[in-house]
Amino acid sequence: MTTVETAAGPAQTMVLNMGPQHPSTHGVLRVVLELDGETVIKARPEIGYLHTGIEKSCEALTYSQAITLTDRIDYLAPLSNNLGYCLAVEKLLGLEIPKRAQYIRVLLTEMTRLNSHLVWLGTHAMDLGATSVMLYCFREREEILKLFEMISGQRMMTSYFRIGGLALEPPPGWLDRVRWIVDMLPARIDEYEALLTRNRIWLMRTQGIGVISAADAIALGVSGPSLRAAGVDYDVRKFFPYSSYEEFDFDVPTRTESDCYARYMVRVAEMRESLKIIRQAMGKIPAEGPIKANAPGIVPPEREKMKTEMEALIYHFKIFTEGFSPPPGEVYQRVESPRGESGYFVVSDGSPKPYRVKVRAPSFVNLQALPKLSEGGLVADMIACIGTIDIVLGEVDR
Amino acid sequence: MTEVTDKPGGEQNPIVQTLRKWDERAIAEVVEFRGELTLVIPRELLRRAAEYLQAEPGLRFEFLSDVSAVDRFPIEPRFEVNYHLLSIPLRQTVRLRVWAPGSDPVVPTVVPVWPTANWHEREIFDLFGIRFEGHPDLHRIVMPDDWEGHPLRKDYPVEGFRT
Repeated sequence: MTTVETAAGPAQTMVLNMGPQHPSTHGVLRVVLELDGETVIKARPEIGYLHTGIEKSCEALTYSQAITLTDRIDYLAPLSNNLGYCLAVEKLLGLEIPKRAQYIRVLLTEMTRLNSHLVWLGTHAMDLGATSVMLYCFREREEILKLFEMISGQRMMTSYFRIGGLALEPPPGWLDRVRWIVDMLPARIDEYEALLTRNRIWLMRTQGIGVISAADAIALGVSGPSLRAAGVDYDVRKFFPYSSYEEFDFDVPTRTESDCYARYMVRVAEMRESLKIIRQAMGKIPAEGPIKANAPGIVPPEREKMKTEMEALIYHFKIFTEGFSPPPGEVYQRVESPRGESGYFVVSDGSPKPYRVKVRAPSFVNLQALPKLSEGGLVADMIACIGTIDIVLGEVDR
Repeated sequence: MTEVTDKPGGEQNPIVQTLRKWDERAIAEVVEFRGELTLVIPRELLRRAAEYLQAEPGLRFEFLSDVSAVDRFPIEPRFEVNYHLLSIPLRQTVRLRVWAPGSDPVVPTVVPVWPTANWHEREIFDLFGIRFEGHPDLHRIVMPDDWEGHPLRKDYPVEGFRT
């Protein structure tokens, strides 16, 4: 206990350790709080409990092998991270990706956004006491994970996007499953909204809580829904379109209140926009066509060709024994992950292994704004603030 | 592939020209690769250049996306620190680069210009051992406080040191 001088006279503040093992810190986040009664005077996030050295490990793997590590950065949005990394390496190589693969990538990353926002909504609502929402969100999320499993064989660690295109041709009937999800979800999102949007308790717990000004948010590098809830319409998909996003018609939802409620409203609106993009992508994806770039030596050859063509066999051998070498140089590729600007800074020295892979993790940067959001508020509101920043600790610590 | 900037390249780029007009020593080198513009800034001018880039109405690089270091060991100068800047109102990006030698791995901090650099610089200090002069709170961020060495340096083995 430390005694501090306040306007009303000497008062005592208490230092409280929140986490790292706390259900509402969404992983292993530790926040050191200085409290005056129930009021947070100071909050200091302590991170690093999940540091696994992914960036260092990437340097020891070939460009293709490193894709598997990008899945593990953010377990809620593996495909967004796959995409960011693949686009960065493709930019290094100067590869052109077939349209069909680009549209499938768009469709699946939007599914990932839905998946991530559903988990966010469920856990955040549970943190604030609305347990039933969590059960509904996880029920719908399960259907999206089944789609991922159908396509890539994996529910979470998909590694489905590869350098030059996609890993495999999607199985027959996969679009029916997408259609089923897209038709089912709007009514379900209405249900969540019916439970929360005008719920008195929900409004009291979120409105006016965790406010950050647009200028502060920009200064602290906050991106994604949290920035858009402050009225700044920065969305990488619109600003620097990648993977043919410029061909899609969608809105970027923004709010101006910049409180926990605004961040909730932005994410819910984003789920509807994602559905819009997915519907357009379903119409655009040609039934047939290549899913991999025509780049021998980089993209593994078809299995059939390996049995008949000597050249294909040699390429296959070379790709999986030594890899391929992009020209020396560096690129920074941003993508809009469910949490904000996810950036991949990939440096090549002309060898088959990346010289450096730096991940600009949106959670890491957004978490820095936590003191700004929570100081001066109540301890209980701390939970709402952590929830609406939407952190994934695996991504924070990497 | 979508290019990050579609502005004319190299020396003709308006960002380069504006900076050169401000201070002709401000840019040591202009690098362009895959449509991305990199400006190599002398270490001692970084702080002033950062303030200028952020405040100048024609540039408005108010958003610092990322700071990342690269270890070029054994080449000297050994360390490079890259700043990925973004201007939301003008929809443009640029990368600043500062070199620091292995014998004196110190770079001036940009935290007063972009507060978001705080954790980025702490992470680089932690993993590369580059010190940021003037940083308000420079200590390890992801590794334990009593850790020895800086894991992302190239002379640090991937599997760590076995004792």
